[in-house]
Amino acid sequence: MPLADYKQYVAMDRLPSIWCPGCGNGTALKALALALAELEIPPDKTLLANGIGCSGRVGDYVRCHRFHGTHGRTLAFVTGIKLVRPEIKAVCFLGDGDCAAIGMSHFVHSARRNVDIATIVVNNFNYGMTGGQFSPLSPHNAITSTSSSGKPEPDIDICKLADVAGANYVSRTTIYHVTEMKNYIKEALGKKGFSFVEIISPCPTYYARYNKLGNIIQQLEWLKDKFIPIEKYNQMEDAEKENFFWRGRLTDRNLPDLLSAYTLGSRG
Amino acid sequence: MKKANVAINKDLCKKCTICVHFCPRKVFRIDQDGYPIISHPEKCTGCRLCFLHCPDFALEVEEELDD
Repeated sequence: MPLADYKQYVAMDRLPSIWCPGCGNGTALKALALALAELEIPPDKTLLANGIGCSGRVGDYVRCHRFHGTHGRTLAFVTGIKLVRPEIKAVCFLGDGDCAAIGMSHFVHSARRNVDIATIVVNNFNYGMTGGQFSPLSPHNAITSTSSSGKPEPDIDICKLADVAGANYVSRTTIYHVTEMKNYIKEALGKKGFSFVEIISPCPTYYARYNKLGNIIQQLEWLKDKFIPIEKYNQMEDAEKENFFWRGRLTDRNLPDLLSAYTLGSRG
Repeated sequence: MKKANVAINKDLCKKCTICVHFCPRKVFRIDQDGYPIISHPEKCTGCRLCFLHCPDFALEVEEELDD
């Protein structure tokens, strides 16, 4: 039964993890392990690459190949790994600061090149490991340790950016929607080309405390109430949209990925 | 109806109590140390929602056939 097989990807002897009680990184790792087990991708053909930050610790708890890149540069390293070892199933497990601030340019160009990488971004709306500073993905007016009266800058929709940059698969879900999260990761892993899943995660230690979102149960309820299906979101009035976020599949297409475009070449 | 056994590993549990609150059948309760314990094992249907929600790999659900 696939459910039992997920443990072959997880280093159970290195647990408990470093993450705070209720942190979504562990839930996302479990969803990834379950998706890998259901697709029967062997651990010796799987590469889990991660950057720096809370989500960067995920590599300590896996049994497949792992790569710990420098801050934000993980996608650039994995592009190189994919060119040399195209048979490897590459998964990049990044945080919101790692992907959208420090590694923004690598992210946009990996999507533009359509490299065959499944990218999972665990977005907890702040830099959790360094004390809760705001990231480019923190919502407008969010209270963090570097914006005590509300974040003055607008945020960026990283999913829409991945879409216009040329990614083959883009979706967004939350830690509350566990089955949907596993299914989206499974779809991303099965897609040839750049696939991207943004997972909104609670940060019980910093973001939730500063923004008075309550305990971990109330934070998960907040995710459940605020993140509505994209079809419903698109029908809303603009004023109403400001109170909600969307989740769902944004992009699903089959453009040729970097390696197949490279092999075929423009010469025909 | 299917029956299931829930096993909690206290060495991995961080007492976040997500399993206690999101169980649709209220199988769990919180003990005096703050850990989840199973108070109504007969109510469990084996939906695995607690297993999927647990961030710390501390829960396992094993199904068994009812006689």
